[in-house]
Amino acid sequence: MKMTGAEAIIESLNNEEVDVVFGYPGGSVLTLYDALYKADFKHILTKHEQGAVHAADGYARATGKVGVVIATSGPGATNLVTGIATAYMDSIPLVAITGQVAVPLIGRDSFQEADMRGITTPITKHNYLVKKVEDLPGVLKEAFYIARTGRPGPVVVDVAKDVFAATIDYQYPNEVRLRGYQPLYEGDSVTIDKVFEELRVAHTPLIFVGGGVNLSDSSEALKTLIEQTGFPVISTLMGLGCIAFDHPQFLGMVGMHGTYAANMATTECDLMLGIGVRFDDRVTGLLSEFAPKAKIIHFDIDPAEINKNVVAHLRVLGDMKWSIPALSGRVQEVSGELKEQVRAWLEKVRFWQQEKPLTYPRDTDLVMPQAVVEKVNQLTQGEAVIVTDVGQHQMWVAQYYGFRNSRSFLTSGGLGTMGYGLPAALGAQCGLPDQTVVLFVGDGGIMMNCQELATAADYNFPVKILIFNNQCLGMVAQWQRMFYGGRYSHTRLKGGNTDFVKLAEAMGVTGLRVTKPDELNRVLDEAWATPGPVVVDIQIPETMDVWPMVPSGARLDQMIFGEVDE
Amino acid sequence: MKHTLAVLVENKPGVLTHISALISRRAFNIESIAAGYTEEPDTTRITIVVEGDEMEQEQVVNQLSKLVDVIKISDLTAVESIQRELALIKVKATVNTRSDIINIVEIFRASIVDVNRETMVIELSGDGTKIDALCQVLEVDHGIIEIVRTGKIALSRGPIPAKA
Repeated sequence: MKMTGAEAIIESLNNEEVDVVFGYPGGSVLTLYDALYKADFKHILTKHEQGAVHAADGYARATGKVGVVIATSGPGATNLVTGIATAYMDSIPLVAITGQVAVPLIGRDSFQEADMRGITTPITKHNYLVKKVEDLPGVLKEAFYIARTGRPGPVVVDVAKDVFAATIDYQYPNEVRLRGYQPLYEGDSVTIDKVFEELRVAHTPLIFVGGGVNLSDSSEALKTLIEQTGFPVISTLMGLGCIAFDHPQFLGMVGMHGTYAANMATTECDLMLGIGVRFDDRVTGLLSEFAPKAKIIHFDIDPAEINKNVVAHLRVLGDMKWSIPALSGRVQEVSGELKEQVRAWLEKVRFWQQEKPLTYPRDTDLVMPQAVVEKVNQLTQGEAVIVTDVGQHQMWVAQYYGFRNSRSFLTSGGLGTMGYGLPAALGAQCGLPDQTVVLFVGDGGIMMNCQELATAADYNFPVKILIFNNQCLGMVAQWQRMFYGGRYSHTRLKGGNTDFVKLAEAMGVTGLRVTKPDELNRVLDEAWATPGPVVVDIQIPETMDVWPMVPSGARLDQMIFGEVDE
Repeated sequence: MKHTLAVLVENKPGVLTHISALISRRAFNIESIAAGYTEEPDTTRITIVVEGDEMEQEQVVNQLSKLVDVIKISDLTAVESIQRELALIKVKATVNTRSDIINIVEIFRASIVDVNRETMVIELSGDGTKIDALCQVLEVDHGIIEIVRTGKIALSRGPIPAKA
């Protein structure tokens, strides 16, 4: 069928069953936007390209589908960079279609020209520059395939302006043939036997789950394995939700702001099954002393993760959809014996849990951020999609919201991108219109993409936006308090003139405020009863710290606990 | 320890960008890199010499393998292989010194590919240490004006190709 390159892109997106794209028009993509005018799927116009890419990311995390973002050449495309890097670090499937200047102008420093292929090479799973219209259908087919298969990730398709207008006899390929890319789904069953042997002789084993379990939608299979073995379980930030927080074997998050029980269990375990984790420095603390007594068995779909940070005693390569049930199949018959084997160990970890649970001062006349998170947990019964920005509030949410479901916690874990939260929440709400989506964000982070409040209002995305307003850049200030002699270099926002209620209202969003603890329940109830997007400016204490904390470069059992006046 | 890797990649634009960006991002110690076409027109073969311990070496192979355009990597360090590098050396040469240079060139089984009144250009292929040795002799006795080296290329002995 004869059509233009722009129409071929729309047709290819239809073939990939794309139901929404996020984007922002501009000179190089005018022809593409002209074709979008007639497209059947939705286009969400954000206020900034960075908003569009984070929204596509939030959509992808919440739905498990590939997020699609469109931006024009030059500044439009470079505004995607932070969002692409965010998605890359957390293995989120995205396809970014960017306009490029016309082929004869490439390389001449033309108006709005930027080398997107060069710029995004280190932060994409793969990228393309399309200079011939006949390459378009194959490239898009490959882009979606690469983005969603194996270890997911972002793919950039940079398309020269004249390609959009050129004519093509369109045919979408049925399959991709890539000599250098064959994702590995089923690993070696002999390894599973070896893992099984290790389980049989372990006395203090620990299951350590991460984002890979959420990404592969394997939480059900994981639950089976966990319950068959009776082993205690810890999670990374990105793994939260893949096992219910109140599961009796779950010890909570591990690492810098992890629970005492999770960090102690890591230090004492003799066998660690790391499933879909990458042993990030925020998890391991001092790497050489991480899980010092343990044999580590690493489950991952990406062979390059094995032995990158910690040396694995055994590697189980392949999709967790294969590896977890495969191990489960072996474990089933000895389930009773395994549980017996770890009885004493479970008592020990339960003791740690009771000895030093997460806690904060409750009896104060200040609005405690942890109490707000707990209140939201009650309001939503742990069933909402929770989105955060980055900083102290992110850690409080990780610690105190009781996650129950896979894909219910959207946060920039790897890159730690401030400004991620608001647009990501809009993308999640767009993908899951019937779900309650709650955004927790700091007074610093909200300002990094606050323009997207207008997008929330324009599309009436009913996101509950809770600003933890401590009038400072809390996490940085905490480090300054702890490690820099309390010199608050450029982290105090106090005395600023921004009124978040007015800001919300100016953009067409309902604005509410909480200043005292006795207002919290009433205002949150009001927020939940308000249709459409709502901002709640919650004034929390200025000098709250996130506890416990493993200082950067210390061992996990060298946690510091804050002073808590009960 | 040094490892010599034969990396087969798609012969497409941007592949070298991907490889060099990866090396830079992961901070790998690359000693040399040499690329060229192969018996298959859609495949380029890159020989990479990487310095590092076993873990670093494993990471280089794993991370390179992740690149979509990388088809196959084989480590030629562990197998019997022929390893060569080509160098062109421009050396100062007067009428008086030419014969000494010719002697040196013969000893090293190098060849002279250009001569004029002030200089000679010498071509030598071999392993890196041989080239280093020639350069040292020429530099001390005659003075080198400039050197260009290709970086190492390597091919395994026996019938099995790297792509297998």
